[in-house]
Amino acid sequence: MTAAAVLAGVAARLCALGLTASAAWLIARAAERPELSALGLAIVGVRAFATARGVFGYLERLAGHDAALGRAAALRVRLYRRLARGAGPAPARAGEALTHMVADLEAGQDMRLRCTLPAVTATAAGAAAVVFCWILHPASGAVMAAGALTAGLAIPAGAAAATRRLGARLAAARADLAARVIDLTDGRPDLEAFGAVDRATAAAERQARRMARLERRGGAVSAAALAAGAAVQGLTAVGVAAASAEAGAVTGAVLALTALVAIDAVLPMITAAQRHAELRPALARVRRLLRRDAPLPPDEPPRRTSAAGHVALRGVRVRFGDVPALDGVDLDLPSGRSVAVIGESGAGKSTLLEVLAGLVQPTEGLALLRPARGMYQDAHLFDTTVRGNLLMAKPDADDAELRAVLHRVRLGEWLDALPDGLATPVGAGGRRLSGGQRQRLLLARALLADPEVLLLDEPTEALDAATGRAVLADVLRERRGRTTVVVTHREDVLDLFDDIVIMARGRVVLHDTGAPQPTRRVFPSRTGRL
Amino acid sequence: MKTRPVKTRPVTPADLPGVDRRRLLCALAPLAVLHGALVVAQAELLVRALAPPDAGPLPWLAGVVALRALTSWAAAALAHRAAARAKADVRAALLRVRGGPTLIVRGLDALDPYLTGYLPQLAAAAAVPPLVLVRLLTADAAAGLTVMVTLPLIPIFGVLVGRYTRDATRLQWRRLERLGGHFRDVLAGMSTLRAFSRTAHQEGEVRRMAEAHRRATRRVLRIAFLSALVLELVATLSVALVAVPVGLRLLDGDIAYRTALLVIVLTPEVFLPLRALGSRFHASAEALAAAEETARVLGRAAPRPTGRILPPGDGDIRLEDVSVRYGERAALDRVSLVIRRGEAVALTGPSGAGKSTLLAVLLGLVTPDEGRVLVGGVDLRDLDLAAWRRQIAWVPQTPHLFAESVADNVRLGAPRASADAVDRALAAAHARGFVESLPDGPDTVLGERGAGLSAGQRQRIALARAYLRDAPILLLDEPTARLDPDSERAVVQAARGLLRGRTAVLVAHRPALLADADRVIRLSDGRVVEEVRR
Repeated sequence: MTAAAVLAGVAARLCALGLTASAAWLIARAAERPELSALGLAIVGVRAFATARGVFGYLERLAGHDAALGRAAALRVRLYRRLARGAGPAPARAGEALTHMVADLEAGQDMRLRCTLPAVTATAAGAAAVVFCWILHPASGAVMAAGALTAGLAIPAGAAAATRRLGARLAAARADLAARVIDLTDGRPDLEAFGAVDRATAAAERQARRMARLERRGGAVSAAALAAGAAVQGLTAVGVAAASAEAGAVTGAVLALTALVAIDAVLPMITAAQRHAELRPALARVRRLLRRDAPLPPDEPPRRTSAAGHVALRGVRVRFGDVPALDGVDLDLPSGRSVAVIGESGAGKSTLLEVLAGLVQPTEGLALLRPARGMYQDAHLFDTTVRGNLLMAKPDADDAELRAVLHRVRLGEWLDALPDGLATPVGAGGRRLSGGQRQRLLLARALLADPEVLLLDEPTEALDAATGRAVLADVLRERRGRTTVVVTHREDVLDLFDDIVIMARGRVVLHDTGAPQPTRRVFPSRTGRL
Repeated sequence: MKTRPVKTRPVTPADLPGVDRRRLLCALAPLAVLHGALVVAQAELLVRALAPPDAGPLPWLAGVVALRALTSWAAAALAHRAAARAKADVRAALLRVRGGPTLIVRGLDALDPYLTGYLPQLAAAAAVPPLVLVRLLTADAAAGLTVMVTLPLIPIFGVLVGRYTRDATRLQWRRLERLGGHFRDVLAGMSTLRAFSRTAHQEGEVRRMAEAHRRATRRVLRIAFLSALVLELVATLSVALVAVPVGLRLLDGDIAYRTALLVIVLTPEVFLPLRALGSRFHASAEALAAAEETARVLGRAAPRPTGRILPPGDGDIRLEDVSVRYGERAALDRVSLVIRRGEAVALTGPSGAGKSTLLAVLLGLVTPDEGRVLVGGVDLRDLDLAAWRRQIAWVPQTPHLFAESVADNVRLGAPRASADAVDRALAAAHARGFVESLPDGPDTVLGERGAGLSAGQRQRIALARAYLRDAPILLLDEPTARLDPDSERAVVQAARGLLRGRTAVLVAHRPALLADADRVIRLSDGRVVEEVRR
């Protein structure tokens, strides 16, 4: 499609050139009063070029957009594949990172449509025009070449450089404004409660004005570049007219008028170059993302697997940038245990779960496990129905099974009260549910998957203590005989578990397997009290 | 900034605050007229230089070219200026109603093609063709008439095809958004897909959606680009329609060579501005969508009706049959209770019982659908809300930290507090320790939403905020949810200190905080089900 777009584009430009050249020749030659037959070819040319010009223009637009959309589709699939294999931002701060990523992909589509295609077409058409004039009259061809290079290379390069410089400052200003907007929307209750709304709004408005100043300067750059292009176009015609005076009236008229159209064909380079400068950072981000930890093998990397349900970590280290999240974890969880993981926030509990789930690869050390499933802090509800979200875990489950699992997590009454039942949409990210409902739906999905190892990250955090404990007790009863690992901060539920793992600063500081030993005094809360 | 009533039928960017279409067009009009005159002058001089070849007019021609470039620069710069100002005004308006975050940051850029492309071209399209046409008619009536007959075809076809494609384009716009939403949703749920081994299945889905989008777009564009095709055909065929007869008349000596050449040079110039207008109009389709969205956001924000404004007293707080509904669900269902000054009331109950909603009602963030809240006997609706809130310090369940320094975050409710006061508040909130270990201490600038701090640390910053606010009423919303035991102990200690000597309403599950309450009220399904006095 890209080739078709370029061909159609070049053909459209050449038809425009042909129309002007043949019309000019027709008039200039007719003025010499030749026989009518001498004009026949020119008349046919004028009519043919006039018709073909529009048709090729239409085809160029269609093929160009199609090529751009094809590229967008390919980029989407590639990005998806890359992310599916574990590249990309850490799940915790996925929200905006994703929005930016999707926007960046559109830059790839734009790049093809508004930079690559116009640039290739303009270059080919400009070159063809210069060669045509050179053959007719070399001196005029030289003038035209100078004009085309100025309008098609020098001015675009200058405009792109200026746009790039301004673009970096504009991006910074925009990021600042974005942060302020987030503060104004997400932090609105806080601002209102503390009487700080006007202050924050005024600050954001000042930032918007700062941004407007930069935008105005960007506008001045593109206005100047386009005006310079128009000047070069006119001056090239002047130069060609001067140079071609010796070539005779007919050739001179043809050359001068063709010059105007030829430079017109390369003028899109100016806009394309500026767009390129604007889009480049986004495209660079996409490229970097797609290249990260490349090349990946086509299939899942081979993994040392353990016996069903048995989980073992040996000296596992995980680093996010410079920060160690896990700092040498050794852990043996025999099949069928229920394990509570506790520790300060930031102690590495969630990372431990992600390693156990196979979502995060250890930077060092060995994880002997079968990928486990479960519910993590960032577990996602898809923008579909309750049923659709549950079927994600078990595609062949029937409605009775889905209802049963929802009842088990105390969502039964809620489900029965819904007019659409299982077909109720949950909204993007489960937006239409309350926090507690969201959490329990995720829990239901994890239970439905019924994996050999189930991982739960604070599964009852949004519930009150009594309900939370009851739900957790149900879950553990249901899971008896299979491994279940639960990150929790509630000391009053620890008595429900076989094992207790305490983490601090990325290490396991204690693994209490329930065997009687003095360390158990560490947990007075095993009685269910603080 | 002026505001215009938002029209009900199609909103254009011209309806937005700060977009003064008439003023911009008035400023552009003289430039457009000058541009038209220069087009004619350039053609005239070029023809004189060519028929017969004569270098005499060339310097003049160069001058006209330079002047033309200057005119186009002035028009473009003017439009860009106006666009930047307009966008800043619209951004400010949106900021004031706190709506359309994506519009503010990026979406409004879609107005550019309209403001810097379409509007200037509109001025050019109005001024240039008539001027050039007049010169054509005076040069050669026959050619001029041919152009005059074909010229109206451009706007007629443009409007007809445009109207035909508008709905299709709009549908396309919406489909595109949905596709973007789907792709984003899939990416957001990537780790979930991976956990359930559904990534391979979804890859097919992503490919299918992208291909479906491509096919649908192709169908729409095939029609949408017809208008451009028609406009272009009319324009180029008119050149042929003029050139061939003029050539034949030259053979017969009916027309002078110079005149004929002028006609050939000028004819495309009549059509050019109109064709450009058509493509600029299409390029600004997204501007219309952005304008519509903006008008919707601005129209949605209704200001709070201000009735009598009374200063709040310091009497008891009384809820009388307060009900709040979110859709069909009652978050609060005829709740009545009295909070006396100086007492600490704890709220407990399962999630969704209405505890946070009750605090929001007290803050005036949520207005009761039924019933009322009285402060010293005055309805909250009649109170000066800002003054009422000055009496309150609030520690929400998930406090929002701003992308500013830690100190400025603590100063949220007391912007002029000294560094010492901030430091004391941090100490009281058991936050000084970790704040001092930050790279720039309290002056460390936080990332978006307080990125870089743990939940417990954020909670303590929010407590410091409340300390510094030093208000007589304290609202605490589950300050220890999602905290590990150590952070919880620190936060509980800090919260206890804060309770002393204040009227307090605290939402809590943990016994540690409940111990400090004078009364414990248990809510369930939006109702008070139990009240325990200690």
